[in-house]
Amino acid sequence: MTSGSSAQVIRLHRDGSPGGASARAAAGDPDDADRHASVVELPTSSAPDSAGDSGAAGGGVSLDRLLTFLRNRLTGDYDVDEFGFDPELTDTLVLPPLKLLYDKWFRVGAVGAGHLPADGGALLVGNHSGVLPIDSIMTALAVHEQHPQRRHLRMLGADLVFKTPVLGTLARKSGQTLACNPDAERLLRAGELVGVWPEGFKGVGKPFSARYKLQRFGRGGFASAAIRAGVPIIPVAVVGAEEIYPKIGDIKPLARLLGLPYFPVTPFFPLLGPLGAVPLPTKWTIEFGEPILTDAYEPEAADDPMRVFNLNDQVREAIQQMLYRRLARRRNIFSG
Amino acid sequence: MPPMPPSNVLVTGVAGELGSRLLARLGNNPDLNRVVGVDTSPPRPEILRRAGHAEFVRADIRNPLIAKIIESAKIDTVVHASTHAHPAGPTRRVAVKEVNVIGTMRLLAACQKSPLVRKLVVKSSAAVYGAGARSPAVFSEDTELGPTSPSGYAKDAVEMEGYVRGLMRRRPDITVTMGRFANIVGPDVDTVLTRYFSLPVVPTVLGFDSRLQVLHSSDALAALENATLEDRPGVYNIAADGVLTLGQAIRRAGRIELPLPRTALPSVGKVLRSARIVDFSADQVSLLNFGRVVDTGRLKNDFGYTPRWSTRDAFDDYLTGRGVRPIVDGERIAGALAAVGRR
Repeated sequence: MTSGSSAQVIRLHRDGSPGGASARAAAGDPDDADRHASVVELPTSSAPDSAGDSGAAGGGVSLDRLLTFLRNRLTGDYDVDEFGFDPELTDTLVLPPLKLLYDKWFRVGAVGAGHLPADGGALLVGNHSGVLPIDSIMTALAVHEQHPQRRHLRMLGADLVFKTPVLGTLARKSGQTLACNPDAERLLRAGELVGVWPEGFKGVGKPFSARYKLQRFGRGGFASAAIRAGVPIIPVAVVGAEEIYPKIGDIKPLARLLGLPYFPVTPFFPLLGPLGAVPLPTKWTIEFGEPILTDAYEPEAADDPMRVFNLNDQVREAIQQMLYRRLARRRNIFSG
Repeated sequence: MPPMPPSNVLVTGVAGELGSRLLARLGNNPDLNRVVGVDTSPPRPEILRRAGHAEFVRADIRNPLIAKIIESAKIDTVVHASTHAHPAGPTRRVAVKEVNVIGTMRLLAACQKSPLVRKLVVKSSAAVYGAGARSPAVFSEDTELGPTSPSGYAKDAVEMEGYVRGLMRRRPDITVTMGRFANIVGPDVDTVLTRYFSLPVVPTVLGFDSRLQVLHSSDALAALENATLEDRPGVYNIAADGVLTLGQAIRRAGRIELPLPRTALPSVGKVLRSARIVDFSADQVSLLNFGRVVDTGRLKNDFGYTPRWSTRDAFDDYLTGRGVRPIVDGERIAGALAAVGRR
């Protein structure tokens, strides 16, 4: 794969997708002919590519496990990694309630988990939306549920998250860290799965009219991090998340007052108060795409803005194509 | 030209725990010709007794006399261990800044003037990186030291490092090793952190649980000694492996955690300070807020030293060594809960 990729027109499965019939995609691996298939099965794929409630851990937490957990908490006898990730806490307290949201509310279907590497680092890059970053949390759950080794996705978040009391600490404890190149490269070199949403606040806070239209992909920091660490980039498309809070307005003065990037107005919020903050129960599909390899890049390429931007665009196009394909197949927002 | 082994060594800050132990170690090293320790007060008597052929000179590094000592003792290696990133107890802020910054400037000026000096080892602090929501989780030596984040004592350390870099420019023939030490803990160490964890009720920042990384005093000593005896030019983070969160450390120590809103901490700090218990400054609060972890890859690979104590072991050794007895016995509560739960 080279940076000098040529534009290519991909035919959509069905017409009438929001982005129009034709869209441009940078070519991936030239000998990879299977780009068009929506569900690509790798020979190494061992995870079921089925939608819905697969991989649910059987039964509740046993009393003994709970008591051991309590004992470890009370005596401080547990391990935390250098980023503050506390796997015991995450698996016992953080993930189970989110799993309910994943299974029952959004009925997330995960596709293409076979593209996630069995071990070693990879950078997952996804579309961002939904006013609140629930899409990244659900992506992390999809990775955890679908991966045979039940790997944790280490996500990169904005500094606003880490500044906020409780939220910042919870984010660190559940494996998240600040979106900056040193942290990203360190996690990738350590062989972790890292998740990043380069649209950032422009993505989460995009108006309803701009749903599924990818915003600018930051400054391409993620691409240079992947090149430096020599790990593949896995494009991720999340369909369903962009409708959970239809943002039709933004009260800018209030946002400035509260120090937030935006203050959303939806048909239900703030009109219905806290009730309006309940996300719409859309049916979600999370697709893990074909990995985009970066090991052909020499490390110096990370300092070549042209090649970094090319890779950046290539990833962006890949995600946009996945989104259009998924949307074309979706019949109903709420039933999928 | 092969590096010449050190023969006449000057150690500053020998009244301190680390400096005095280094003086004793070097004093018993037969390869060294002279070992001179300077400070404004003498090391503990039991250390002086074991100090071998090391000498103690009562001198203030802020005084021009230091240049005379370096000259007359034909010092070739200077170990600057008197800097405090953070004093243990309440002290006058101005006085500490004087020693840290003005003392370092004087010492470096003396080093620059003496043609015999060919090695300088400086004990700096990981506090130079600061701590904040915008900081990377793990600091490497290449992290830019922003002038905005560090304040107070951390700012002293940043300024001090600036003067050391100035000396490196003017005297490129001097081998300079700069160690950025994490918070040192150990059975005999009295620092702001060790005092903090021996408070019965430990104030923390509400809604935050920072990451802590420490360094055992014996590892700190070994690293400093290696830097003195071998040639290890460069800047190195010196810290133990592994991380404890603040809440975890408090529970291991069996203390009662008292989360306070960030805005209330300065006034609590003032009370503690006036009660002469512990100095709770702004950079201490930001450490409790966000924590700090440094990368030790360069220490292990380039410097060639791997700390023997992990953060957790070092912390536990400090607890047993200082006789910090738990006020809340987590093990017993867990036992009681288990008894209730299984009934």
